[in-house]
Amino acid sequence: MIHSLFLVSTAGHIFLEKHWKSVISRSVCDYLFEAQGKASAPENVPPVIATPHHYLISVYRDRIFFVAVIQTEVPPLFVIEFLHRVAETFQDYFGECSEASIKDNVVIVYELLEEMLDNGFPLATEANILKEMIKPPTILRSVVNTITGGRELRSVFAWSVAQGSGSSNVGGTLPTGQLSNIPWRRTGVKYTNNEAYFDVVEEIDAILDKSGTVVFAEIQGVIDACVKLSGMPDLTLSFVNPRLLDDVSFHPCVRFKRWEAERVLSFIPPDGNFRLMSYHVNAQNLVAIPVYVKQNVSFFETGSSGRLDITVGPKQTMGKTIEDVVITVHMPKVVLNANLTTNQGTSTYDPVTKVLVWDIGKLNQQKVPNLKGSLSLQSGAPRPDENPTLNIDLRIQQLAISGLKVNRLNMFGEKYKPFKGVKYVTKAGKFQVRT
Amino acid sequence: MTDSKYFTTTKKGEIFELKAELNSDKKEKKKEAVKKVIASMTVGKDVSALFPDVVNCMQTDNLELKKLVYLYLMNYAKSQPDMAIMAVNTFVKDCEDPNPLIRALAVRTMGCIRVDKITEYLCEPLRKCLKDEDPYVRKTAAVCVAKLHDINAQLVEDQGFLDTLKDLISDSNPMVVANAVAALSEIAESHPNSNLLDLNPQTINKLLTALNECTEWGQIFILDCLANYTPRDDRESQSICERVTPRLSHANSAVVLSAVKVLMKFMEMLPKDLDYYGTLLKKLAPPLVTLLSAEPELQYVALRNINLIVQKRPEILKHEMKVFFVKYNDPIYVKLEKLDIMIRLASQANIAQVLAELKEYATEVDVDFVRKAVRAIGRCAIKVEQSAERCVSTLLDLIQTKVNYVVQEAIVVIKDIFRKYPNKYESVIATLCENLDSLDEPEARAAMIWIVGEYAERIDNADELLESFLEGFHDESTQVQLQLLTAIVKLFLKKPTETQELVQQVLSLATQDSDNPDLRDRGYIYWRLLSTDPVAAKEVVLAEKPLISEETDLIEPTLLDELICHIGSLASVYHKPPSAFVEGSRGVQHKRLPPRSGSGESTESPEGAHSGGAAIPEAVPAVIPSQGDLLGDLLNLDLGPPTTGVAPAPTSAMQMGAMDLLGGGLDSLMGDDSEPLGGDIGGSPAIGAGFGGTPAVMPASLNAPVGGGLGDLFDLGGGVGTTTSAYVAPKTVWLLAMKAKGLEIAGTFSRRGGVIHMELSLTNKAMSVMTDFAIQFNRNSFGLAPAGPLQVLTPLSPNQTTEVSLPLSTVGPVMKMEPLNNLQVAVKNNIDVFYFSCLYPISILFVEDGKMERQVFLATWKDIPNENEAQFHIKDCHLNSDAASSKLQSSNIFTIAKRTVDNQDMLYQSIKLTNGIWVLAELRLQAGNSNYTLSLKCRAPEVSQCVLQCYETVLKN
Repeated sequence: MIHSLFLVSTAGHIFLEKHWKSVISRSVCDYLFEAQGKASAPENVPPVIATPHHYLISVYRDRIFFVAVIQTEVPPLFVIEFLHRVAETFQDYFGECSEASIKDNVVIVYELLEEMLDNGFPLATEANILKEMIKPPTILRSVVNTITGGRELRSVFAWSVAQGSGSSNVGGTLPTGQLSNIPWRRTGVKYTNNEAYFDVVEEIDAILDKSGTVVFAEIQGVIDACVKLSGMPDLTLSFVNPRLLDDVSFHPCVRFKRWEAERVLSFIPPDGNFRLMSYHVNAQNLVAIPVYVKQNVSFFETGSSGRLDITVGPKQTMGKTIEDVVITVHMPKVVLNANLTTNQGTSTYDPVTKVLVWDIGKLNQQKVPNLKGSLSLQSGAPRPDENPTLNIDLRIQQLAISGLKVNRLNMFGEKYKPFKGVKYVTKAGKFQVRT
Repeated sequence: MTDSKYFTTTKKGEIFELKAELNSDKKEKKKEAVKKVIASMTVGKDVSALFPDVVNCMQTDNLELKKLVYLYLMNYAKSQPDMAIMAVNTFVKDCEDPNPLIRALAVRTMGCIRVDKITEYLCEPLRKCLKDEDPYVRKTAAVCVAKLHDINAQLVEDQGFLDTLKDLISDSNPMVVANAVAALSEIAESHPNSNLLDLNPQTINKLLTALNECTEWGQIFILDCLANYTPRDDRESQSICERVTPRLSHANSAVVLSAVKVLMKFMEMLPKDLDYYGTLLKKLAPPLVTLLSAEPELQYVALRNINLIVQKRPEILKHEMKVFFVKYNDPIYVKLEKLDIMIRLASQANIAQVLAELKEYATEVDVDFVRKAVRAIGRCAIKVEQSAERCVSTLLDLIQTKVNYVVQEAIVVIKDIFRKYPNKYESVIATLCENLDSLDEPEARAAMIWIVGEYAERIDNADELLESFLEGFHDESTQVQLQLLTAIVKLFLKKPTETQELVQQVLSLATQDSDNPDLRDRGYIYWRLLSTDPVAAKEVVLAEKPLISEETDLIEPTLLDELICHIGSLASVYHKPPSAFVEGSRGVQHKRLPPRSGSGESTESPEGAHSGGAAIPEAVPAVIPSQGDLLGDLLNLDLGPPTTGVAPAPTSAMQMGAMDLLGGGLDSLMGDDSEPLGGDIGGSPAIGAGFGGTPAVMPASLNAPVGGGLGDLFDLGGGVGTTTSAYVAPKTVWLLAMKAKGLEIAGTFSRRGGVIHMELSLTNKAMSVMTDFAIQFNRNSFGLAPAGPLQVLTPLSPNQTTEVSLPLSTVGPVMKMEPLNNLQVAVKNNIDVFYFSCLYPISILFVEDGKMERQVFLATWKDIPNENEAQFHIKDCHLNSDAASSKLQSSNIFTIAKRTVDNQDMLYQSIKLTNGIWVLAELRLQAGNSNYTLSLKCRAPEVSQCVLQCYETVLKN
């Protein structure tokens, strides 16, 4: 199972290590550095690296490599899933998962890691249970953080706060949820305002080719929930059109049998925020592409220049407005600068990272946004071989592009009447237009 | 309060300060000090000097402080074992604490202290905790057994903890069950032969119940454990599958993949015509696709596994091509894997889409990826014949881009396309030649040279082109040098008049100026060939080349089956069996797929074929090893990766020939052997086969078989009854599927009605349909040759077996083999040509008119010199003389006379071989003695050994 964990910054600094069995020298990370040296970017470091005596399985998140060291045959997915879970727990506890926040809370981090893994076996990874055993940094502290900002000042301030309260951040009670049949929910939850909100978030992953034809399109959907209900509520969520969903994964709380039989989600929810389900729609006819893009990016053989002309317009939007449209283009290395004009939004070109960003904002039917102008290339350099790809970001409120609709939410097992709400949003995921 | 301040104290005297704080009276100060110590420890600072002070803080009722001290202890106990003993008492006390959390914490921490002395004290508390009333303590204790085992395995066994752990599998709490399974699995890994996880239907049922209720991680452990079980029958298999399928919808991808493993494995047992089988296949696709929308690291592992699944069961994902399309910001490791799977899924139905994508990828930024994309286009052309034309034109378009590495890759793959479809796309050669100057990589240069040499007759200035390469001959890599040598020799053979100078130049460069032995040897071979017999040279150098296979890098079926059992593991990422790389897994057991039950057309014998490399039956003849590579090498067929495993050509004959060549003895041989060279083995470059010359053993009776054949005809009319009972050996596997891209051949020989038959079972263990079977023999000692084509009427679909009976004649070309009854066979199908050798029992050559006249027998016996007599003993035979005689007669060993002297029976017997050789035998048996004595007399004593074998097999079966 998982032997050791190293946290490594992109600069190659090992800033935390934890061993669940015998101690493994941190020199084992040299193999990671070697792989990093070969890769063009940190994202390209392969996740499984073999060394003579160990295997390094790593994930790269928030500019940190989470490197697990294993010695025996262990399912790599298990390790990767766990590492992501560690990162998510840090995010949850400290508000962000960064080198600074981990160092700021190193003792909690250590306690968390000890609680999450025993002898390399996962022990408690549910946020609910962890929080019962190890209290997150206090709200007061995060308030102080935002007020003061500076670290020195902050720690002094926080110090006095902690001294005053004298509180411990380790709970003394047995985590009740860990042993019950519903490990995701703690007992004795109480709220004055009982509420259950669901966000249906859909992301369109698509590749369009030069002519605008859809090469590939699918929808990745999730239903994120924020449930703050007292007691042990038993919820049933039904859809208007559940047939849309044929490829789903559920939070462990969902009763699979009822889904199979009746196509409803029946569950006792965890307390707080959680992902109820994720789904996948890849039948081509169901994936509507909300925008059209006309583009022409060309480089001339002579004169070290090029031309760019991009037009975007709304297509299938079901009457909703498309917002937050941003087009990002990674230009070839030889593009020195861009001289562009637009009739809507702003465009910037960063000559260092070679990224062109065109922030358009809202799309409306009357005016079609257009960006055009010339690109200046490094003189004498050959015409670039590759064609830049356009990356599109957008957001449509109150619409799930697949057409998925929640029918109703029923609650059993408790007497009170909860507030209920469903929100829909469609975003662009990996939405790419080739040129 | 942030902890970052702990990182800043690096000044001198830090340890001293901490010491003072640790011994402070104030609780809060103590806690802060311990926190500082922990922080220092976390970043790798050595704070072990504080050990006694920290341990002193352990006796506290503050849980947080206790935990912190425990953390410290785990890290440093090893370096301070004597001090660590101090902590034991507190641990033992804590294990009795009324709070289960503290009990669990204590037993958990104790297990992490890797000090022998402490582990002894751990046993009693651990035993108690394993039977604790609180499941939280029990599940922690279960893991503790694994920890203890890691430190001191013997202790765990002696204390009987393993049995207690096994009992926990039946615990009422699912989490305890999951942890017990996890602990047992880990322990089992270091004890591959122990029967720790004794899975039976009852335990399986318990595990399946726990599966529904435990945490995601527990589900992974249980699923991985389930995968090791072999269900008794297909019904049990189906019911397990039904209970595992809901796991496919789990949010944790590791659970999903472990479930896929169980299903892929147990599916093997379900009859294919079962409705449920089809349902299951359909259910597998969506979760696999979903894995691809997760984080890139997860995608990578998923893709490596999908690569296996696609090879094993292509039908699952055949409609999901699009999800493997590459996004430009995928990490490179994901891109390359996706590309691999795209090629595997490419078929006539989706080839247009795939090609369009590949063309798009060829203009990306990442060089490695672009190269692979270009190669992929070539592979598509080879795989899907209908698309070849489009692929070639796509490649030409890419060449027009003049991007250096694109052009080079394109040329390498076009060479393979030429190999696959000869005489079809040569019109593009002109375009290729234009880019000659831009090629700077050895592989591309070699490929271009191959093309020029191969099509020298169509390229007007081939000589100039090759000459231009020759200028910098010494600076080229070996690959290019070898190729250039071959190409110029080819050119010379095609246009001898104009290129004599050139060929001499290259031969002298290769033989005199080069240090490379391969190059020199090849140069000499060509030189001798050309100087002694240009006709032979032509046969050798311009021989027809074997086909190149469509699928590349296919994992051989037995390994694939093993890897399927390891889905989701490291083995599946590396595509190697765990035994090949995982350290510490001493003698890992090979896992194998369960045999499909209840299907009559089951292809494999249960013990043989499924044993996954563990127990290959002895009788399997080695597939002809790669001496033949010499031949492939000569022709430079081994160029470029997609043509893997080309031309493992005829062997011993070839070797002999080659050796003769080198020794210069060619002249004498070539003088009188006017037979055409090669051509024995269909479609393969059978050069050298003829060099061996006619073996001296064979008497000048090559015509005899004709007579024998006639005799057979007569006999056919006479005594059919006698021939039926002749002993036929059971089939043995001659060609292993893993060596032949999925084709497995088992066979035996028989003689029925005077005709020799080769009984073959052809099994398709690959994923694609096999067609176009053909068979050829190398020349052999008795001139065995197929009397008709190999009749495989219908295409052989995957997992199908067909039985073929191939009549053989004995009028083929003759050459002495070693051993005498060795037969080298080439079998061709639409995929490739495969070679194997087998031994035939010489009894199939015993003709039916082999009964000699008494007088003639006596005269012949005397006539044959005594040094030709061989005497053998046959042990453990329990037949009387009459039974033996009749048994032998059914195999055409005829008893002419019987004499009884001193209680000893003497049988005088005669045998006639198809080529007219007579063998005379005297068999002595004594009643009550199971040892026979056999004397054989023959003019060609070489056959005696084989004849003896026949006696033995016939008498003992």
